[in-house]
Amino acid sequence: MSGLVLEGISKRFNNVAAVDHVDLSVPNGTFVCMLGPSGCGKTTLLRTIAGLEEPTSGRILIDGKEITKLPAHQRDFGMVFQSLALFPHLNVGENVAYPLRIRGAGKADQVKRAEELLALVDLGGFAGRPVSKLSGGQRQRVAIARALALSPKLFLLDEPLSALDAKLREAMQVELRKLQQRLGITTIVVTHDQREAMTMADLVVVMGNGRIQQAASPVEIYRKPVNSFVADFIGSTNLLPVRQAGDGQGVSAPGGTIPGVALGAGRDQATLSVRPEDVHLVPADQAPLTGRISFIRDLGASIETFVDAGGTQIVAVTSPRERAAFQVGDTVGLRLDPEACRVLAS
Amino acid sequence: MRPEPPRRIADYLPLAFPAIMLTVFFVMPFGIMVMVSFFRRQQGGFYTPDFVLESYARFLSTFFGGVLSFSLGLAACVALICVIVGFPFTYELARAKRWVQVCWLVALLSVLSLSEVIIGFAWSTLLSRTAGISNLLVWLGMMDKPVALTPNFGAVLTGMVYQAFPYTVLVLYPAMARLDPTLMEAARTLGSHPLKAFLTVVVPALRNTILATFIMVFVFALGSYLLPQLLGRPQHWTLSVLITDQAVYQSNMPFAAAMAVFLVLVTLSLVGLALLVGRKDAAT
Amino acid sequence: MTGTLFRRILFGLVALFMAAPLIVIAGVSVNAQRTLVFPPVGFSMRWYGSVFTDAAWRGSLTASVVVATLAAALAVCIAFPLSWFLWRRHAPWARVFQMLGTAPFVLPPVITALGFLAFWTTVGAYGQPWTVVVAHGIFFVTLPLVTLSLGFASIDRSLVEAASTMGADDRTILRTIVLPLIRPYLISGFAFAFVLSLNEYIVAYMAVGFTLETLPIKIFNSLRYGYTPTMAAVSILFVAVAAVIFGLIARFGDLPKLLGAWSSKD
Repeated sequence: MSGLVLEGISKRFNNVAAVDHVDLSVPNGTFVCMLGPSGCGKTTLLRTIAGLEEPTSGRILIDGKEITKLPAHQRDFGMVFQSLALFPHLNVGENVAYPLRIRGAGKADQVKRAEELLALVDLGGFAGRPVSKLSGGQRQRVAIARALALSPKLFLLDEPLSALDAKLREAMQVELRKLQQRLGITTIVVTHDQREAMTMADLVVVMGNGRIQQAASPVEIYRKPVNSFVADFIGSTNLLPVRQAGDGQGVSAPGGTIPGVALGAGRDQATLSVRPEDVHLVPADQAPLTGRISFIRDLGASIETFVDAGGTQIVAVTSPRERAAFQVGDTVGLRLDPEACRVLAS
Repeated sequence: MRPEPPRRIADYLPLAFPAIMLTVFFVMPFGIMVMVSFFRRQQGGFYTPDFVLESYARFLSTFFGGVLSFSLGLAACVALICVIVGFPFTYELARAKRWVQVCWLVALLSVLSLSEVIIGFAWSTLLSRTAGISNLLVWLGMMDKPVALTPNFGAVLTGMVYQAFPYTVLVLYPAMARLDPTLMEAARTLGSHPLKAFLTVVVPALRNTILATFIMVFVFALGSYLLPQLLGRPQHWTLSVLITDQAVYQSNMPFAAAMAVFLVLVTLSLVGLALLVGRKDAAT
Repeated sequence: MTGTLFRRILFGLVALFMAAPLIVIAGVSVNAQRTLVFPPVGFSMRWYGSVFTDAAWRGSLTASVVVATLAAALAVCIAFPLSWFLWRRHAPWARVFQMLGTAPFVLPPVITALGFLAFWTTVGAYGQPWTVVVAHGIFFVTLPLVTLSLGFASIDRSLVEAASTMGADDRTILRTIVLPLIRPYLISGFAFAFVLSLNEYIVAYMAVGFTLETLPIKIFNSLRYGYTPTMAAVSILFVAVAAVIFGLIARFGDLPKLLGAWSSKD
């Protein structure tokens, strides 16, 4: 069994479970993003994998070998911290070569490897610079180069891009992904930004309350969220309380019915998740679900229409071409594609 | 790394040397001193292990009472003067340009580290008949004859204020440096004259700091040993002088120890009080 | 602006008060004759020279410098492992040692002096030169303890974590990360202890006053038994040494921050 395996990992602080019975299997070479709101346990889990925290219970295995009790400095991992943690008393080259230096590598080897790594992150020739003279993006890269110095088995990053401005961030996301693909190294990134996760990851692990809510590819997480937590956290969605309607009529929701949706055996009511882009606005007499438009937000590239259906707000997103079709105060019909509706437990 | 409790024996190792040194060379001397204060004094400079309170009984003599009240009164005067002058001074210092602050801090640290001997020597010279201020004034034509301004109470007071002033500034400095500058600005925009704003806004805000500083300077002044001797007459001698006198010249260790213990208790309770009072300010 | 005028006057008066004795001493120290007179009559720098040429004064100078160096080193050797331990480990009970380290300095010096007198007499080592090194070392432990606590508090803990993820064990972290970062605080703690030990009178006196004359002891004895301008020269030298040392600290470090201000690099 290869790759990283977490079995039943829990971490408690003073009787509060920051991480609660986490099972995860990460094949070698995968880019994983651990995603969730602050306090969900993702950073604690990452630190436990790194060896900076000892799990209260559970096992960690890498390529079949158990490393649960191994101290951090004996694990073969590279880590980038949120604060970057560049050593202020060493210059760029010395920072990057630090892992080699403490293993007794010769000066010449250190210099050579440092140059290789800096070239890898597009900072060739920066070795002599003091850390204080770098921009945010440059320091980011030095931290990455340093973590990769010993070609570690696992590459861990804790909110690495949170200190960068928006444009630089998006550029770095792409670069990080490309770097990982080039090196083929198993990578775990912790982030609270779902767009970041969707951009970079092969596997998205959504966490909430210390547990893994869902672990799947970005597309699957988006299209097929398993519960309302995931559905609401990733992208925006409409969550509608629905009940079984009469035979053949689908389900009844506030404001009408939605044909073609089945709740599944034994269920009388559920929550329906439907993304705003899957809600189509039609004249009121053309759909079994209706409501009144309470607000329209024209964002230029898209239009968000807020519809009050039976006391519940439903948001539809449409393209600018439909700008003049409806106005605030109009009663409209809402047509939902049954394929795009996800039935979730209440 | 979140600090974890030490687990292995090796984890405790760094503590070994400091712990041993501090226990052997501070706790023990201190303990011995407390013990000696209860010993019986013998003529000729020895004492026998015993448990008597006669050393403490001498506290009740008028002589000791006189020295004690003089010491406390003197320390209080010194603290009062230092705080009254030091408070506005440190306030202004903390708001000055950085290079001005650094210059003053270096100067004050240098004066602070001056030996009590040198300060005593300097002021006794400055106030003497042959080489002091009065000579300068005669030279300038403002006085007829040079006059000795020492030894007397004023000289002792001046010397001790000189010694305690840098200490006062350094104790007040952190609080002043961290003071919210917008307090004064707000008062000024509300129409308050700078001096009035200072007295009605800054002083009350730092009331506890002032009190804590007063106590700290008081304790500092209590420890003055040489200045009362160099700049004053025997009636101006303080408790510290008395302790040394009894210990070294009168060879009455038990009595000296008893006075020292008493002084420690007074000091510790004052320092504790200062910490408590100072903490209230920091919490707000 | 009355504010600036007030500040100028206040600073000026305080400066005058602080400097006056020093000016007088400086004047006295260059007096040609062996008399205590100000303004000085005649000018001579020979008293500064005699500090080094006169055997008695030179002996005191050497004694003071040696004692100060060793005592400051001892103080740092006690303070460093203690403050490292308090920073690295979660051990509230160890704070008692921190209090013990701060206590001697907070109490009136005569207390510590008397305590050591009693101790050395009981142990039978009274008068031995090394007793004053130990006494000063303990007495001044507070200074490096305070600077080192400040220094450790300023170390970003994520640096230590990063180093351990790169394969550094505790000893390597201490050697390659902690020590380089704590060095300015080690130096300033040593410097404070050194300067204060040079100038300290009463603890030294009660420990070795009759066998070893450090400079402050010698000055005091000279005051009682005979005056020479050499005393004044020594005093000025002391002030100069202290000013140079603190000036160096200010030059290479952030003195306001070392004394409690927020970091004023603005």
